[in-house]
Amino acid sequence: MNIVIQGGRVIDPTQHWDEVADLYVQDGTIVALGQAPEEFVADEVIDARDQVVCPGLIDLCTNLREPGFTQKGTIASETAAAVAGGITTLVVTPDTRPIVETAAVAELIQDRAADLGFARVLPMGALTQGLAGEQLAPLHGLASSGCVAFTNMRNAIHNSQTLLRCLEYAATHDLLVVFQAQDNALAGNGCMHDDTTSTRLGLVGIPETAETIEVSRCLLLVEQTGVRAHFGQLSCERSVRLIEAARERGLQVTADVTIQNLLLTDECVNGFNSAYHLQPPLRSPLDRAGLRQGLVTGTITAICSDHQPHDPIAKQAPFAATEPGMSGLETLLPLSLSLVEQQLIELPQLIETLTAAPARILDIDAGTLEIGSQADICIFDPAAEWTLTPEALRSAGKNTPFLGQTLKGQVNATLMDGRIVFRR
Amino acid sequence: MFEATDPNAIQLTPDGQLRHFLTIEGLPRELLTEILDTADSFVDMSQQQVKKVPLLRGKTVANLFFENSTRTLSTFELAAKRLSADVLNLNINTSSTKKGETLKDTLMTLEAMHSDMFVVRHADSGAAHFIAQHVTPNVAVINAGDGRHAHPTQAMLDMLTIRRHKGAFEPLTVAIVGDILHSRVARSQIHALRTLGVGEIRVIAPKTLLPRHIEALGVKVYTEMTPGLRDVDVIMMLRLQKERMQSALLPNESEFYKLYGLNRDKLAYAKPDAVVMHPGPINRGVEIESEVADGPRSLILDQVTNGIAVRMAVMSKAMSGQLSQREELIQEEQA
Repeated sequence: MNIVIQGGRVIDPTQHWDEVADLYVQDGTIVALGQAPEEFVADEVIDARDQVVCPGLIDLCTNLREPGFTQKGTIASETAAAVAGGITTLVVTPDTRPIVETAAVAELIQDRAADLGFARVLPMGALTQGLAGEQLAPLHGLASSGCVAFTNMRNAIHNSQTLLRCLEYAATHDLLVVFQAQDNALAGNGCMHDDTTSTRLGLVGIPETAETIEVSRCLLLVEQTGVRAHFGQLSCERSVRLIEAARERGLQVTADVTIQNLLLTDECVNGFNSAYHLQPPLRSPLDRAGLRQGLVTGTITAICSDHQPHDPIAKQAPFAATEPGMSGLETLLPLSLSLVEQQLIELPQLIETLTAAPARILDIDAGTLEIGSQADICIFDPAAEWTLTPEALRSAGKNTPFLGQTLKGQVNATLMDGRIVFRR
Repeated sequence: MFEATDPNAIQLTPDGQLRHFLTIEGLPRELLTEILDTADSFVDMSQQQVKKVPLLRGKTVANLFFENSTRTLSTFELAAKRLSADVLNLNINTSSTKKGETLKDTLMTLEAMHSDMFVVRHADSGAAHFIAQHVTPNVAVINAGDGRHAHPTQAMLDMLTIRRHKGAFEPLTVAIVGDILHSRVARSQIHALRTLGVGEIRVIAPKTLLPRHIEALGVKVYTEMTPGLRDVDVIMMLRLQKERMQSALLPNESEFYKLYGLNRDKLAYAKPDAVVMHPGPINRGVEIESEVADGPRSLILDQVTNGIAVRMAVMSKAMSGQLSQREELIQEEQA
């Protein structure tokens, strides 16, 4: 199948491209920019005038909910939502039921996603069995079955000796470890950032030290073991500084942030709206400023959705009794574009944080429009305004605090492996 | 961009009348003063032979207590009965929600009984807000205590007690003593004292029992009783739950009593005419010495009496706000 994407503004930070040109796709591969290859006959023409053409987005943290929690979302519903949001590669968390700790589950998820054919799904494996923090999961076997990284999620491995061994073992096989840093004793049964708003609302707070202590401990053990490490969804300004200091010491650690932590603060929880019950929690304006600064200086290189779809019941209870997380796949791009609108970063730099940067973190071949690469492409109208309604969301999870808001930037077409997997 | 709306707007009608009573925070001073004035008249009435008024006649008040409390439940029940309402008391075992019935299911069942008012106590902060947002617009919600968040009728009965003994609020220095961290009473008291213009509000507690940045609520923080109680007009003690000893917040009761328990020696630092209050039930020898609790400066029993009057005032105000809103809705439908 031959596709030509005509007249769009083609932006690819890896190729230093930012120009209006035609992009040619042949049999799943990007074959040319500007000039058609010889004897190229297009089967399909996509009119991309006044639109941006960029690599398909890569989301570093998505909860697919399948297997095990299909009342909240399925691989079908969530990968369809992903491509509607311009995301062609999803890194998915291991907290399914059963947990991703056997090759069978890792393969099941990838097979199901491949059969559906919307987005590429890359599982993260459990770092310890049952995510319980006691026994190593079979990391090598899981990696052979397609797991791109290993994490214990927010169940920090309490015993530092066990954590050390996990990191040593991962380093043995040159595997990437992803930390969602949180000290569980300090986080306790907290449900929001510990500060004046939590004090006023009488909600139990999660202090910033719940994150920073765990970031510090992990950084020291990363340094000791030399493991490839990535810190996901930082929420505190001090975490950014800890990562920055470690990088200055020469540690090759990377970090990402959720778009919601770049835009919102804990003050949103006023009124007990459970849509703002998030994990990591929304933090102070100072933290938000620190995260934004971290993005500008390059300490944080990627932005993710931390997509956590829920059924309506999960959010219908008093705040602390609700389940944390927001549905974020379809708002990742438009919300991120607001950072360009706010003049925090330029559009090509933003696209880098959503494409090439996460690909580098994972060390995968994706996130580029380079000639010869697989044709994962996102085509969006940066000026289109639309209102976020539950009906507008393809995700099974309608749990987003942005419902009712007018968003700017809308995906019009998504290609995965040279196939049109979404078209508005 | 992306900012939340005023969270407390929900408790007022568009023309500023009370229709739910969820938190003191955000309510105007005039409204609090009106509640106190109305409550004052009910205090006087309770000393008469006939103690009933027909303000809620024909209305049904459902007391929904998801957390046990004999005292608060009985004062709300008595208040509703003195307003001539029909009263339904429901002690709802929170484990029923664990059996799969959600709070929303419970509410829908109760709505079908056509109550006009829910008086709600729940262990989760924000539960009263949640209920107010999810019941039909025809039900007024009164917060009888939600988690650590608010206990607004308790704070108002404390304000009534202070006003009846001290008159004006402005010249007063008030100290709140004890477990501020876990206390919905303290939070509501602070909002009420601030709104009513009290000169100085102090909290006195060890750091383990102080929530983060409590000073942002407009209080001065003291960790010792001696400087904290110096020259105060009003001392508001809080109840200490025994389970605090098990979570490394405090070593034991006797050390707490030694440092923060109110006895005659510590009371001497306060002004000579300082009064002592406690929301009850009292732990004698933990928060307070019996001689102080039962002494001439203690207003603890006045608080109980005033509690009924304040709850009558709040219920009648919320019901009238609710009724005026219902009329508007009917008029809108007809138009």
